[in-house]
This record gives sequence, structure tokens and C-alpha cells, in this order.
Amino acid sequence: MPSLGADMEAGTVVEWLVKPGDPIKRGDIIAIVDTEKATIEVEAWETGTLEQVLVPVGEKVPVGTVLALIQGAAAEAAQARPPAQARPEVVPAPKPPVVTAPPPPPLLAPKPPRGRPPAGAPRLRISPLAKRIAQELAVDVSKVQGTGPDGAITRADVERAAKAPAPKAPTAPPQAVAPAAAEAPKPAERVRPAIAPQERQAMMRRAIAAAMARSKREIPHYYLAAHIDMSRAMGWLQSENLKRPVANRLLYSVLLLKAVALAIREFPEMNGFCTDGVFRPSDAVHIGVAISLREGGLIAPAIHDVNRKSLEEVMDSLRALVKRVRAGVLRSSEIADATITITSLGEEGVETVFGIIYPPQVALVGFGKIIEQPWAMNGMVGARPVIKATLSADHRASDGHRGALFLAKIDRLLQTPEKL
Amino acid sequence: MTDDEIKALVLSELGKIAPETYPSQIDPTVELREQVDLDSMDFLNLMIAINEATGIEIPEADYPQLATLDGCVRYLRSRKA
Repeated sequence: MPSLGADMEAGTVVEWLVKPGDPIKRGDIIAIVDTEKATIEVEAWETGTLEQVLVPVGEKVPVGTVLALIQGAAAEAAQARPPAQARPEVVPAPKPPVVTAPPPPPLLAPKPPRGRPPAGAPRLRISPLAKRIAQELAVDVSKVQGTGPDGAITRADVERAAKAPAPKAPTAPPQAVAPAAAEAPKPAERVRPAIAPQERQAMMRRAIAAAMARSKREIPHYYLAAHIDMSRAMGWLQSENLKRPVANRLLYSVLLLKAVALAIREFPEMNGFCTDGVFRPSDAVHIGVAISLREGGLIAPAIHDVNRKSLEEVMDSLRALVKRVRAGVLRSSEIADATITITSLGEEGVETVFGIIYPPQVALVGFGKIIEQPWAMNGMVGARPVIKATLSADHRASDGHRGALFLAKIDRLLQTPEKL
Repeated sequence: MTDDEIKALVLSELGKIAPETYPSQIDPTVELREQVDLDSMDFLNLMIAINEATGIEIPEADYPQLATLDGCVRYLRSRKA
């Protein structure tokens, strides 16, 4: 069970997309895991052949539990192999449940198209939302007639089935699950015991509280804030969007993301992980974006390699990420490996946000609402759109002087938006 | 498109962006962002969806006219959706 963030302690296997004997490529989505916050598509970290499934569908296990064994194909994977485990490769490498180890490098292998299992196993066509509702209403989706595209089961189908007088399928008994691990999963086994929405809420609140309490207890935070004149950035964005069809338009948050990513080049002490008091900067810049969940709560999945992406690519990634968060289905890599986080509460009208660092990261950049306000320059006062940028950073990795220069660099980058 | 067709289109796209929304609960005179808790990404996706369904190119400067359901109907009718 991979650690999908500092606030995760356990997860429930909802579905296996591969069966023993199936070939697996690094980056393939091999299982679906449910956590307090979202449904996560777990990607394989190794290439090989699935040898054995160890955690059956429906079982909740702590972070670090071995989910399945993969017979490794590559010798270079050897150093990741625990000494006791001589033969089969472990997926994922066990992690201590409390201390979050630095996440693995980003997955480079091409990901299979969404909605299609990597193995040839037939898979029920059902939207993540419909699946979740089916679980909450204890509807056996294998008996639901889909009316969506290609016979996909929609939310309406599930709700109709829930109201129908047909006897409800019992939730999968534990003993029925074991043999299922050895063959292609059947639709009926995908229905896990329902978690009531209120219970999920309470679990998520506890998970967030635990991670934030740990952050405040262990990370010596310092906080800085600076006003940034956004007139150049917003002017450039407006004229740029005028030229673009609606589908290609950019949001200003993309400029903020890119500016932070580029500023990190000169301030590596803001980007990486601090584990057991030792800071290790990260070469890759994976920016976690705090996205509020519609049902309440918060999740901060990462956009990978923001420093190497064009504004269009960052926009596409952000759009896809928001879409997946809204649908409640995320990928393990984007949940686990953010190297710094950005939070923006400007949408809600807040002027200033001082974030709590998400361990084991060492910095969090906050942006408030863009507000038109008087701005004095060269002895003249004018009205400018202004944003307040804040930095919460870890004193074990940096100090206020460097933090101040980091914010100043972000400011400078936003003054030449065309170069972002 | 008739007014009802425009309304149905906007509500169905809204349902895709904010699945917890019940169309019957939408007040056509109140801003959608306020009622449905849309952020700028959600709103942009709504504009893209309307553009794809109708072929109408909506300039950014016109966004405020599409803030409410009634506003969407008025705007799209005037643009001959």
C-alpha cells in the first residue's frame, strides 16, 4: 500500500486490474485503492510479471503493506529489493507508516488510456461517480443496465437501481474474495462495503488533522508575505486570451505555477523533502496544487515537471488534474510526489493565506485574491491589480533571507509574463 | 435553439462539472458560481462545453453576461445559438 501523502495511514483495495501471470509495465495502473480523500489509481513502480496478489479486494491495510508480488524483469531494480525478499519484487517497496520516505521519481512510462484496464480483463463501464454512489447505496453494479455511452452505467442508472425493489446483493463476503485474487475480478466483487459519506468526511477530517498536527509539531515554520503587482501579467494574459479560442485560454493561476517553478531553479532549498531532519533537494519540480473537494476537505495532487512545461502544457495538466479531483479518481504518482505546494484561496475572496507545510515538503507558496488597489511608484499613485504572495517555509532547509529572495524572484518573473 | 434547449444544455454541462448539482435547485437569476461553487477552472470548462455544443465563440470579455442561467439563455439567443 503506497503512502499517498503524509495524511494517509491506510487504504482499501477496491479493484485489481491485473491477475497473476499478467505482464506489467512500469507506470501501468494495476489496482484501484480507496482512501479517505479519493479513489486512487495505483501505478506499478516496476516492470515484470504479476506473481501473486496478497491483499484481496475489500481489505483495508496500513501504508507499507505489500499488496502484490511482481516478478521483476530488470536487474537494476535489485537495489530496491528488500534483503529478505530474495526472489519476487515487492510492489510497492514497504514504507514505514509514520515517517514518509521521499516518494519515487516520476513515472516516465506511458500510461494506458484512462478507463481501459492494462490487462485484457473485461471491465465494467461505469463512471467513478456512479461507482462511488453505487457503493454508498449498496447497489450491485453487475446487475445494473447501463444507459450511457457504450452501455456505461451512469449515476442515474445506479439511483434507479437503488430504488428498484430487486433484492440487494450482499456485500462481498471475505472468503469469496480470496479465490477472486487468482482470476479476473468479477463485477460483483468490485462493490466494497459502503462507507457512508459522513463517515468518509470524518475520516478525511481526522487524516488532515493528523498530518497538519504533525507538520506544526515537527516543522519549524517561518512565514513571509509580499505584494506583487499583477498589472503586466494580467494585461498580457488578457491580450493573449483574446487571440485564443475558448478551449485554449489560460487562467492566471498557470502564470503563478510557472513563476514558482522557475524561481525554484535558484532556490533549491524550497523544493524537496525533509526526512528525519535531513533535507534533500529535488531535481524535479512537481508542484502540488491544493484543490478543495466538493464534498469538503482538501487534496493537493502534483503537476509534474512544471519548470519544463509550456504554459499551455501546465494549463492542460491543471485542467486534467481538476477534472480527476472532481471525479474523485487520482493517480498514485500525482498524489505521492509533490516537491512543493501552492495554495490559492483567491477564488474565495481571501486576501492572504499562510499555508501549513505538507510534510515531508519544506515550503508552501500561498496566493490570495487579485485586488485592485492603490499602488505608489515613482512618486505617483495609480490603481493596480495586486496579489499577496506568501511563503511558509521550513527553517531546517532555509531561512527568512533566502525566503524573501525567493518571493522577490517570483515577483520579478511575473513582471515578464511573456517569458514564462 | 429554443430557450428551453439552451437551458437544458447549460444545465447538463453544469451537471458534468458539478455532479452534486440538482438542476431543479438552480435559481436562473442568481450567479451560477455562487450557487454551484464554481471556480474559474470550472467556469472555463463550462464555457468550453457550451462552445463545443453550439459552435459559438465566447470572448473572455463576455463572460460576465453568462454569469446566470438566464444570462446564458439571453446571450446565446442573441448570438443565434
